[in-house]
Amino acid sequence: MPGIAAPDLDVRAVRADFPILAETVGDAPLVYLDSGATSQKPRGVLDAERDFLEHANSAVHRGAHTLAAEATELFEDARRTVAGFVGARDEELVWTSGATAALNLVAYSIGNATAGRGGPAARRYALAPGDEIVVTEAEHHANLIPWQELAARTGAVLRHIPVRDDGTIDLDAAASLIGERTRVVAFSHVSNVLGIVNPVAALTALAHGAGALTVLDACQSAPHLPLDLPALGVDLAAFSGHKMLGPYGIGGLYGRAEVLDALPPFLTGGSMVTTVTLDEAGFLPAPQKFEAGTQPVSQAVGLAAAVRYLDGLGMPAVHARERVLERRMRDGLRGIPGVRLLGDAEGERVALVAFDVEGVHAHDVGQFLDARGVAVRVGHHCAQPLHRRFGLTASVRASASVFTTEAEIDVFLDAVSGVRAFFGATS
Amino acid sequence: MSGLESLYQDLILDHAKHRHGFGLADGDAASATSHQRNPICGDEITLRVHVDGDRIRDVTWEGAGCSISQASASMLAALIEEDAAGGGMPRAEATGLIDGFREALRSRGATPLDEETFGDAAALSGVSKYTARVKCAMLAWVALEDALARV
Repeated sequence: MPGIAAPDLDVRAVRADFPILAETVGDAPLVYLDSGATSQKPRGVLDAERDFLEHANSAVHRGAHTLAAEATELFEDARRTVAGFVGARDEELVWTSGATAALNLVAYSIGNATAGRGGPAARRYALAPGDEIVVTEAEHHANLIPWQELAARTGAVLRHIPVRDDGTIDLDAAASLIGERTRVVAFSHVSNVLGIVNPVAALTALAHGAGALTVLDACQSAPHLPLDLPALGVDLAAFSGHKMLGPYGIGGLYGRAEVLDALPPFLTGGSMVTTVTLDEAGFLPAPQKFEAGTQPVSQAVGLAAAVRYLDGLGMPAVHARERVLERRMRDGLRGIPGVRLLGDAEGERVALVAFDVEGVHAHDVGQFLDARGVAVRVGHHCAQPLHRRFGLTASVRASASVFTTEAEIDVFLDAVSGVRAFFGATS
Repeated sequence: MSGLESLYQDLILDHAKHRHGFGLADGDAASATSHQRNPICGDEITLRVHVDGDRIRDVTWEGAGCSISQASASMLAALIEEDAAGGGMPRAEATGLIDGFREALRSRGATPLDEETFGDAAALSGVSKYTARVKCAMLAWVALEDALARV
């Protein structure tokens, strides 16, 4: 957020909130640089879940007893809190088990609309053979495969916006790819491999100019920068709780009210219906329409505690802190011979960077770092096409969080600088 | 860093660089080829076995992956190569080796590989303590098992 002065984060105080940071790996203190895969959870999140289970646990949206009312109140308060965190109203937030479930929900809803479900309102989202779904080359598999499958089911064609060598989205190519046949444009806010903040406004303008629906994967932005999904102008967006200091098994699908109201449900069953006969059912309005079956209630309460924690730190401060950390990581890595950064573009970023060490496989790099207590992700990070585009099958990814210190980044950099010598790759 | 050095013994790093049996021999009626992938890390191997009746004539392979997977494939090819002068390793013996190798690697360090039987591949004993890396070491051996089942 340029121009907004953010108060500094008190990293020492933050660290005291994360019990797991007391762990060691062998003799080395844990240096956790894998928050992009899953974040660690502050004590307040763990306490909130436990507190709910010990004092309020019962079935929500049913039953007339006191505890049920209390649980329902906490569950809906969590929805209001998490929706508010992304700038949305509570009826615009659908609980899902995570971003993968959210993105599949959208793809299957569109598929159901294509099959004629959802009545006249859903017809505008139905796909015809030859209609186009556009994604980018940088997507996580969770924002790629659901669209491949939807295309295969409906006869739609999947097209891909290329990524430039510096990791940025090729907007010129996007402008020529997105056209009158385009019905859906799905892309990530921040790539889980490159850490670059994508040009949401430009892509959304192109998509809406073509009358297409926009779907944003906000997994890697929600924990790292101030997020206002309605202001971004996207129609739908997905995020995962466990990547934003929250529990596993909870996430959200944001949708503009008009879109959620029109789309037919994906999963069906209890809790999402009005009148049910043996032959058919009526559905509740969104978001309940998309929340069939028992919901992850304590996890929702935990996620609300996580976003309150982030709000307490202040997202502008979190983002400012990440700038410092990502610069230190990238500057340091650039200075190590044989290290190549994937997508080294300047501009807005989060503190996440993937790299290749010449002559040493990513798994070996990860093992070497692990022996120093440094936890990083190795492999393709669920983005095989993007790795192929950079001529790799695997890379090493370091991703920081609110508790990461400069000293930890230095431990990481020092370890990386020893990798090639250890594996005899310094020829 | 003793843990790391017990995993990455010099012999392993050496095999990962100077790979025995690397480069696929031409296939014929007495050969079978197996392609194996580790979907988690993208490591892959294509391994070809040539047999002469009940005996294994040679094992050749191509692939890319971490040093453990590369060394393991090289060590397996070298082990087969050792028996070539004596007419080739009997297929049953190779199958027994694969079973023994798998058992040792899944033992979490309880069952070491003996050098007498496994040659240089005995250096991979340390991998069994790193459960995330067992698949890397197994890749070539699974490929040989698969190829032998089809020739």
